Amino acid sequence: MAEMLSGADMLVRALQDEGVDYLFGYPGGAALHIYDALFRQQKVEHILVRHEQAATHMADGYARATGRPGVVLVTSGPGATNAITGIATAYMDSTPIIVISGQVPRNVIGTDAFQETDMVGISRPVVKHSFLIREAEEIPEVIRKAFYIANSGRPGPVVIDVPKDTTDPNEKFPYEYPRDVSLRSYNPTTRGHGGQIRKAVKLLLAAKRPVIYTGGGVVQGNAGKHLTALARLLDFPVTNTLMGLGGFPGTDRQFLGMLGMHGTFEANMAMHHADTIFAVGARFDDRVTNDPAKFCPDARIIHLDVDPASIAKIIATDVPIVGPADSALAEMVRRVEQELERDPEAVDRAALAGWWDRIGAWRGQHGLDHDQRHRGDAPLLPQQVVQAVYRATNGDAYVTSDVGQHQMFAAQYYKFDEPRRWINSGGLGTMGFGLPAAMGVQFAHPRATVVCITGEGSFMMNMQELSTCMQYALPIKIVNLNNQALGMVKQWQDMQYGGRHSHSTYRDALPDFVALAESFGHVGLRVESLAELEDAIPKMFSARYADRLVFLDAWIDPDEHVYPMAIKGGAMSDMVLERAGVETDGVGDDGADAPVP
Amino acid sequence: MIARRIIAVLLENEAGALSRVIGLFAQRNYNIESLTVAPTEDATLSRLTLTTAGDDRTIEQITKQLNKLIEVVKVVDLTEGDHLERELMLVKVRAEGLQRAETKRTADIFRGQIVDVTSDAYTVQLTGTSDKLDAFLRAIGKQEVIEVARSGVAGIGRGDKVLTLK
Repeated sequence: MAEMLSGADMLVRALQDEGVDYLFGYPGGAALHIYDALFRQQKVEHILVRHEQAATHMADGYARATGRPGVVLVTSGPGATNAITGIATAYMDSTPIIVISGQVPRNVIGTDAFQETDMVGISRPVVKHSFLIREAEEIPEVIRKAFYIANSGRPGPVVIDVPKDTTDPNEKFPYEYPRDVSLRSYNPTTRGHGGQIRKAVKLLLAAKRPVIYTGGGVVQGNAGKHLTALARLLDFPVTNTLMGLGGFPGTDRQFLGMLGMHGTFEANMAMHHADTIFAVGARFDDRVTNDPAKFCPDARIIHLDVDPASIAKIIATDVPIVGPADSALAEMVRRVEQELERDPEAVDRAALAGWWDRIGAWRGQHGLDHDQRHRGDAPLLPQQVVQAVYRATNGDAYVTSDVGQHQMFAAQYYKFDEPRRWINSGGLGTMGFGLPAAMGVQFAHPRATVVCITGEGSFMMNMQELSTCMQYALPIKIVNLNNQALGMVKQWQDMQYGGRHSHSTYRDALPDFVALAESFGHVGLRVESLAELEDAIPKMFSARYADRLVFLDAWIDPDEHVYPMAIKGGAMSDMVLERAGVETDGVGDDGADAPVP
Repeated sequence: MIARRIIAVLLENEAGALSRVIGLFAQRNYNIESLTVAPTEDATLSRLTLTTAGDDRTIEQITKQLNKLIEVVKVVDLTEGDHLERELMLVKVRAEGLQRAETKRTADIFRGQIVDVTSDAYTVQLTGTSDKLDAFLRAIGKQEVIEVARSGVAGIGRGDKVLTLK
């Protein structure tokens, strides 16, 4: 006989049966039956956040670091709407999260009841799927389906909206967790088409100027190993998107760095001049392609992606392969091995050598060398800070970031040799993501070094979570690249708006971040020069602070820009490599003195 | 090249499924010229026919994005092959004096039926392709048309081609 449980108990039991260890949430009226069920068990640990947006980013960070869905519990109305930014963030970056929202009782849905909002409706454009619980009995099945949908095919967020009366503790139902799930209308492709894979291998072997361009699909699809094997076998250059960093070892000789708007000179030049591009788990985002009409004019394109809708969406494809990256790449490795065994000259080594020579020349010109600038008492450069963090952590930390210049500096200067180590909001570009994401990562990997590289603008969007960090003793290391301005906005204003810094600065209104961190019970440090940085970084990562959250407030040169930068409307080879001529003012200026062209 | 397309969709007959389809079109900036939806002989399925216009790449994206919706079971672009399309129109037309006979004749030519009569108006029921309904309205003349209710297009493949679960 099946055990009799209330809707709330069934919900929590189903989470247990899914193997959920952490639930990130915030209570409220419509979710209180569920919260009571949580209180009466030990298996699922609930983490009390300070804002629902942060709960979703924590679940997202947890999911990105582990590959297992992150789970969120919020109440109806404002609890649900606060979760939307995090859901949209997960949707754009295809990460599996499950958001369970309380809802008003069924008999008052649609009456504008207290804390009522149409969660299924308001989340619809940013979810992979959503459910509204209609009968308590269906809770176990819906949870089973939600986890399956979230983490299969192209992963994504799933919302489950739970009316309060379906969790009534006095109404009990037989509980059984479904072992299997089948949805006649949802059958993600599980294998790439053999014929297409053969065609792709043929095209790769014939390539004279190839580039392998990979994105988040390789990281999420656990295909890094196979990608690396294939690239080494062929001796092809590899570039990663912002989402794809770590999919191929960042310190490898064959790695060209990130491509796209702030990608390396060599990665973008190689793309533009390639005759064959193999895109894996990447979606030809506008931050990569620049003007699609001018994109890689000579290239034949092979595109492997688990989502058929990502193929030929922006750029026409010569050989499309729909399927998971890991098995398709593994099969390509096998086929290439066979071909090379049969004929060691199956790859055009001479052409490749010439191609590598050209790439070597581009590398020599690249813009990622700031080591020789700004010594001594000169303002600290953000690049120097990231490099110091990279050295202090042996390149082995989990690094989360927020959005803006600091994100690009982190992506450019921290070399990721492993997938799932670099965690940032690439698609939606959500400021406020970094700290809560780092918290989710730290819960998943309690012993790992987790660094949040952020900027003061982004940090202030979710800094209330410093309190949560204290409650759960999370020893996150926060590196605040403080330029006293919304740096990326300011950079665009410098470059495109005649230096008119419209509402992008707030110098005199910033808090004392050291005191702020300390007021939450954490450790705060401030540096303003390279010498101070070199002193503070080892301290920050020392055994003394291994169990403490340390906030490093690094006052950097407020006028530093991110380069290279794509020239709008151009091809991938069109980049600004360094600051042109004399530019305007320092920080804090509202633009009044700036020259207007 | 922008062309008119008729896309038929089998959809789980569940609350909220239709809003996902309509939302998709709004969200991705695809246009919908007409849309009809009703349950099928299988009560768990709805069938939806929509007409849209777009170039080949847009139509490919529309069908792919529709297929991504979890509740969408099958999608067919009927305009890729031989197909039938029908739309129903109820139109209230001014019919006074000499014009009464003229309106009746025009309705007959288009094989319409007069389904309601008042002293100064006819209500004509007409089925056919959207083009035929448009032609009828032109023949009657803008001045004479009082009110139009159209069902939107329903479509089905010709011959052996079927869109079912199997």
